[in-house]
Amino acid sequence: MSAGNFLNFCRREPLGALGGLLILLMVLTAVFADVLATHDPICTDAEHTLARPTASHRLGTDNLGRDIYSRIVYGARVSLMVGLGSALLGAALGAVIGLLSGYCGGWVDLFAQRVMEILQGLPLLILALVMAAALKPSVGNVMIAISVPIIPMAERVIRGSVLAIREFAYIEAARALGVGHLSIAFRHILPNTIGPFIVLTTAQFGSAILVEAALSFLGLGIPEPWPSWGRMLSVSAAEFAQKAPWLVIFPGTAISLVVFASNLLGDALRDTLDPRLGRERSL
Amino acid sequence: MFVYLLQRLATAVLTLFGMSVLIFVLLRVVPGDIVDIIFSSAGFVNPAAKAELAREMGLDRPVAIQYVRWLKDVARGDLGKSYRYDVPAWQVVKPRIPVTVELALLAILIAVALGVFTGVVSAARQDSALDYALRFFSLAGLSMPSFWLGMLIILALVSWAGWVPAMTYVSPFQDLRAHFLQFIFPALAVGYRGSALIMRITRSAMLEVMREDYIRTARAKGLRERAVIFGHALANAMLPIITVIGFEFAFMIGGLVVTETVFNLPGVARYLVDAILWRDYPVAQNLVMLIAVAVVTVNLSVDLLYGYLDPRIRYGTR
Repeated sequence: MSAGNFLNFCRREPLGALGGLLILLMVLTAVFADVLATHDPICTDAEHTLARPTASHRLGTDNLGRDIYSRIVYGARVSLMVGLGSALLGAALGAVIGLLSGYCGGWVDLFAQRVMEILQGLPLLILALVMAAALKPSVGNVMIAISVPIIPMAERVIRGSVLAIREFAYIEAARALGVGHLSIAFRHILPNTIGPFIVLTTAQFGSAILVEAALSFLGLGIPEPWPSWGRMLSVSAAEFAQKAPWLVIFPGTAISLVVFASNLLGDALRDTLDPRLGRERSL
Repeated sequence: MFVYLLQRLATAVLTLFGMSVLIFVLLRVVPGDIVDIIFSSAGFVNPAAKAELAREMGLDRPVAIQYVRWLKDVARGDLGKSYRYDVPAWQVVKPRIPVTVELALLAILIAVALGVFTGVVSAARQDSALDYALRFFSLAGLSMPSFWLGMLIILALVSWAGWVPAMTYVSPFQDLRAHFLQFIFPALAVGYRGSALIMRITRSAMLEVMREDYIRTARAKGLRERAVIFGHALANAMLPIITVIGFEFAFMIGGLVVTETVFNLPGVARYLVDAILWRDYPVAQNLVMLIAVAVVTVNLSVDLLYGYLDPRIRYGTR
């Protein structure tokens, strides 16, 4: 995207640009967590448990005396990693399956479609829950667990674009020149699905963060001592909510803000890059 | 219509079969020996007791036979034994079903009422301040974790009303008012989030329909705007809305899992989480299958309703 394109996008989609800005801020927070944090996010402090927000603890402390602000700052790393990691992983796997399914057609397509229907039949969180139960709790496995429900969504979108692109004249030209099937699929068709791919990854980034939060909230997500926004809201936080509402309010605000930003950006990108999709679920 | 019905039914059965294989592999084969997991907290275990339990669960048989036996059991409504409570799992699940069904129905009612209403208003006043406000409201619902919304509701009730809904289950026969108050807030938390999707679809479907010629005709013949919107436009925008309501059901089950936990409601979704946390895998496996059957049944009914409402599908021209 050139600078002119970028400015044009900001003018036409101010809300999308705002979403992008918020996500950029989150990325910067995650990268510079060491500088931004005021306390060690894991270090407990028995003398200052459930402290109100003050100058030294900007957003207060939790039931173990850990600084909420620093935990949120470091939590950005986990959320970003899991959100981006699982969205990319799921979208990439879905894209490859969608490409093969759309390009090969026939029984490959039929088989892939049935498998995708099965994956899509289970509610997102339930499938992630089952995957998380089957795998051992770790950051990598949580990413895998969350990426699986994303695969069928990506597969459907990419397969649809492949079916359309496959009929274009330049594909026929490539075939007439004797280019091999794999090369046509991966070098001539796949790069042209980049628009829907970006839209999809952005939209799924937000939902992956929500699923991670729910899994961690239920105790099946990111294991301790990693500070994760979802885990900060877990049942133990609910117990102290009346005495220390900041335990509940701030981590949830962080989650909602990032997901909101990714929804804004996703909608704007969809309208810009893929107007055909816009008719399905436009804001 | 008959061919369409048969096609849908066959796909549903095939999907369920595939799901059962997936669930079986994920929850029975991947976690390793269930007997070891069950005994994992017991310290020293007599090998004979282990072998006995393995035989009782049929784990000494080949995996394929275990799978077939499991399917047979589920088809007969035998959900196996809960190793946590040491009773048949069905005894634990049965009283929980009405809780989840009631919560789901209430939530879907709220989601549809709120979503369709805001979607129609938003489309009718396209690009006005009200439209933007409603779109913001719906996108905010889509962005908040529903369990967090539930926590905020509880927090707000405590600090402003000085009151919380009962945190232990109240049966409707015991105290109808307390029961309703206990269910309405979690249903609001789940329903608000669900309404966002319905609102977006309703708005875009309405905008599309409002451009049609018959809407201009209706206006030209002097019908009131309200009659045009609800009588002509909404009726024709209903098809995509109904599809998304079916889709919504699966989406909502995820919300129920966390919301039942926040509000401490003894539902099926909550039991699934507990079963997974306690490593009561045989029960978890059956509960997930139960959810899969529910989702497939709802999707099938929506498909059939769709076929009934849209003659193009009924007569196979599309």
